[in-house]
Amino acid sequence: MAKILAVDDSASMRQMVSFTLKQQGHQVTDAVDGQDALAKAKSGSFDLVITDVNMPKMDGITLVRELRALPAFKGVPILLLTTESAVEKKQEGKKAGATGWLVKPFDPDQLLSTIKKVLG
Amino acid sequence: MGVDLSQFLQTFFEESFEGLDIMEAGLLELDPGAPDIETLHNVFRAAHSIKGGSGTFGLSQVSEFTHRLETLLDRLREGEQAVTPENISALLESVDCLRGMLEAARDGTEHDTAAQAAVEARLDAELGNPTAPAAPPGGGAADGGPTGGPGGGGGWRIRFAPEPYLFTTGNDPLRIFSALEELGEVTVVADLTGLPPLEALDAEECRLAWTLELRGDADEAAVREVFEWVEDDAELEITPLAEAAGGAAASAPVSSSPPVAASALAATVPAPAGGGASAAPGAAKKGGAGAAAASSIRVDTGKIDVLIDMVGELVITQSMLSQVGKEFSAERLEELQDGLAQLERNTRELQDSVMRIRMVPISFAYSRLPRIVHDVSRGLGKEVELVLEGEQTELDKTVMEKIIDPLVHLVRNAVDHGVEPPEERRAAGKPETGTLRIEAYHKGGNIIIEITDDGRGINRAKLLEKARAAGLVDARSEPPDEQIYELIFHPGLSTHDEATEYSGRGVGMDVVKRNIRELSGNISVHSEPGKGTVLTISLPLTLSILDGQLFRVGDETYIVPLVSIIESLQIQPDRVSGLSGEVELYHWREGYIPMIRLHELFGVVHRANEGDEDGEEVSEAGLLVVVEDDNRHVGLRVDELLDQQQVVIKSLEENFLSVPGFAGATILGNGMVALILDIAGLVDLGREASAQAAGVASESAAAAKRAAVDESQDYLSFVIGDEEYAVDVRRVQEIRGWEAPTPIPNAPPHVHGVVNLRGAMPLILDMRTRFGLPRRESYESAVVILVRVKDDGEDQLVGLVVDAPSAVHTLSRRQIRSAPQMRRQGGDVVRGLANVDEKIVIVLDVDRLFGEEERAVSEQQVMA
Repeated sequence: MAKILAVDDSASMRQMVSFTLKQQGHQVTDAVDGQDALAKAKSGSFDLVITDVNMPKMDGITLVRELRALPAFKGVPILLLTTESAVEKKQEGKKAGATGWLVKPFDPDQLLSTIKKVLG
Repeated sequence: MGVDLSQFLQTFFEESFEGLDIMEAGLLELDPGAPDIETLHNVFRAAHSIKGGSGTFGLSQVSEFTHRLETLLDRLREGEQAVTPENISALLESVDCLRGMLEAARDGTEHDTAAQAAVEARLDAELGNPTAPAAPPGGGAADGGPTGGPGGGGGWRIRFAPEPYLFTTGNDPLRIFSALEELGEVTVVADLTGLPPLEALDAEECRLAWTLELRGDADEAAVREVFEWVEDDAELEITPLAEAAGGAAASAPVSSSPPVAASALAATVPAPAGGGASAAPGAAKKGGAGAAAASSIRVDTGKIDVLIDMVGELVITQSMLSQVGKEFSAERLEELQDGLAQLERNTRELQDSVMRIRMVPISFAYSRLPRIVHDVSRGLGKEVELVLEGEQTELDKTVMEKIIDPLVHLVRNAVDHGVEPPEERRAAGKPETGTLRIEAYHKGGNIIIEITDDGRGINRAKLLEKARAAGLVDARSEPPDEQIYELIFHPGLSTHDEATEYSGRGVGMDVVKRNIRELSGNISVHSEPGKGTVLTISLPLTLSILDGQLFRVGDETYIVPLVSIIESLQIQPDRVSGLSGEVELYHWREGYIPMIRLHELFGVVHRANEGDEDGEEVSEAGLLVVVEDDNRHVGLRVDELLDQQQVVIKSLEENFLSVPGFAGATILGNGMVALILDIAGLVDLGREASAQAAGVASESAAAAKRAAVDESQDYLSFVIGDEEYAVDVRRVQEIRGWEAPTPIPNAPPHVHGVVNLRGAMPLILDMRTRFGLPRRESYESAVVILVRVKDDGEDQLVGLVVDAPSAVHTLSRRQIRSAPQMRRQGGDVVRGLANVDEKIVIVLDVDRLFGEEERAVSEQQVMA
């Protein structure tokens, strides 16, 4: 069981991600954009962050950069949810310090097998 | 694992429709010359989310369609393509199309694929690839990325030497290796040569390298995928295991990384077979049925926090009260009272906060307006700037949903009829661009929405002319402006001679008004020629709680909405028109209103106020509560007024069945159910009766119109019993004393007989009998009024036996108010009621006195 911060501006995606993770016994905190996530990250500790890229207020890439600047998040896995049409975002995210990515659209099984790569 | 994706569909639809609204608003805001990049980003993001969600939740058609949209938006956003009016309009069309697709998916209905194809073609044209088949999003097999080399067959040797910072990226070689193990058997050999001496060792740096051997038939792409996240942070060499080259390699399927969404989804959501243009996927149909029924609301977390705080306080109050209750003694009474007061406060606050959850900002309703203004003004060649104010003003969700249509209608009307074309505005010395301002704010317990345009205003003269032609306004009367402007809400009136595509068929404003009234709201209009029009909508904050006036009829408690009460007064018997029957009139504020005795209507035994110490007579007569609906008044006779309090409306229809005359019910503090009166229904009831009478009145009014040109007319009044009646003085031929008439056999009781009068043989009618009163005991002092009546174009003379002549009154036609139907005997000859010196005079239509019965008697007489 891990503590996971799930960030997406889309409510349906948030629901899907957190429902899937919770079913596996994980503890999930939701955030609606980068700013929200950063605030929640600062006031808690997490084993994994899963974030959308394109969000209002603060995008996912900036969030990754900000999180990596926090000592508590130095080695914490951060996964980006990117889309097929934004290949360059993977590299950009990588440079910002993301651990990996998951390409939308994905289904719950793909989500679970992906997080296995960082949570074991 | 089985996660049923359809459970997220409703949320997806809701957010997608919101996203479409954002897109629409953003697109309308875009200035082709200098597009605002932030707006473009917002529009793009909304499209992007819809695409991502639709792909995830199995709506592949929506996803494919949105892909085109997104591509175009991306180009605009990146400045690769200029924003033009053409591509904005193509994008707007695709927003509409997308909305249609999503609605079809949600409702499980067929989607208009022809329209979709047309919009796709337009988007493709804008994208400059007329033939382009949409690039399959979500990774079709065609663009699955690097497909890798031939299958290794026997396996792969992998040399993996990460950069020292690898750990800081969150990647862990151990996890990568265990992922690799899923592809086959793995052996790992660590290369320790990079390790520094112990004293220089930094645990956060990765100084190891590895050589791995994977045995199995995994292809290179699959292996690369495992290392995908770290290949830029490491040296990575993947070579086939030499000794295992060849073999079964050919049979390895070419699997694409990223996994194909559609096929993977098939496991959880039944995907449409064949795809193509066959409308909504089955998955959406299934999910849609549930989605359409449920309704959800987004609530600001702040509101929830407030609620939680209050519940906390409630718990504290509860524990305090239970402590008081456990060891109660008289000394603790004050504590108990404090506790109860606190409980009351908690309850009230909790109620307020819960109600606030249902409140949503009016910006939801606003969001559709820019598009309407854009489309209508463009279509008509007008320039209109829409100014929206008070977007954060909150109102009940149901009210909000129901106000959208009327609002759209009014906005469309304002652009169509209100704002003038640019030339006309220039000629009038106004700026060419018209302004349409919509403002929402709270005032008292109401939401006010003002729709103001700076257009030409309502054509008062034309409206009046039409109203006169339609017989709604008397030809000679000049009603005040407010009354004239109110006519725009009358069904069938439009000042536009030709309907445009957008409005002007004269239907609609009445519907707007009705819709608003159904929300217990009101709409009024104010207009100034050449300057513009202001429409003001007033709506209650919520529909589920109302401020009610409780009152008692017999042993029952009823409630009327406080807002509909104009006045409550003690009934003065002399102001009640002395007509017995089902509908009575009360003389109220220079007019007459129908008076409804609620105990008769509801069939309860009424009981005067016993608790009245003075035992005043007024309590016997009861109280009159004057209520209003749509400027129509009716008086309700009740036994006693009770408290005013907020009541929660419970639907009768849901809990029992719909009962005419009642808007709902509530549960009182003592647990009893009290019914809430439906004022509109009661007013209708009062009006229904009077409408029949009005039908009678309007006939005679029409006759009078033909005959008379002047406004006023003299009437001769006379007394019968306690009432004063009047007839047109021009019809009166003679007033005579009593002279016993010659009886006529088989005549109706009110026909005394005939008298011989200089060769004429007038029928003598006993008016007492005619009006259901007992006959006089003696006729010595009776008076006979001879009047001329018209029967089928011929003049007939009849004599009316009355108690005494009274006076001559000069009455204008307007003074004679049509009376509600008088169901008592004789009501059929009443033309109307007039108020003269605080008395009611019943004006008779003399022509009606000579009816079939009289004619038969008269003919019989002539033959004899």
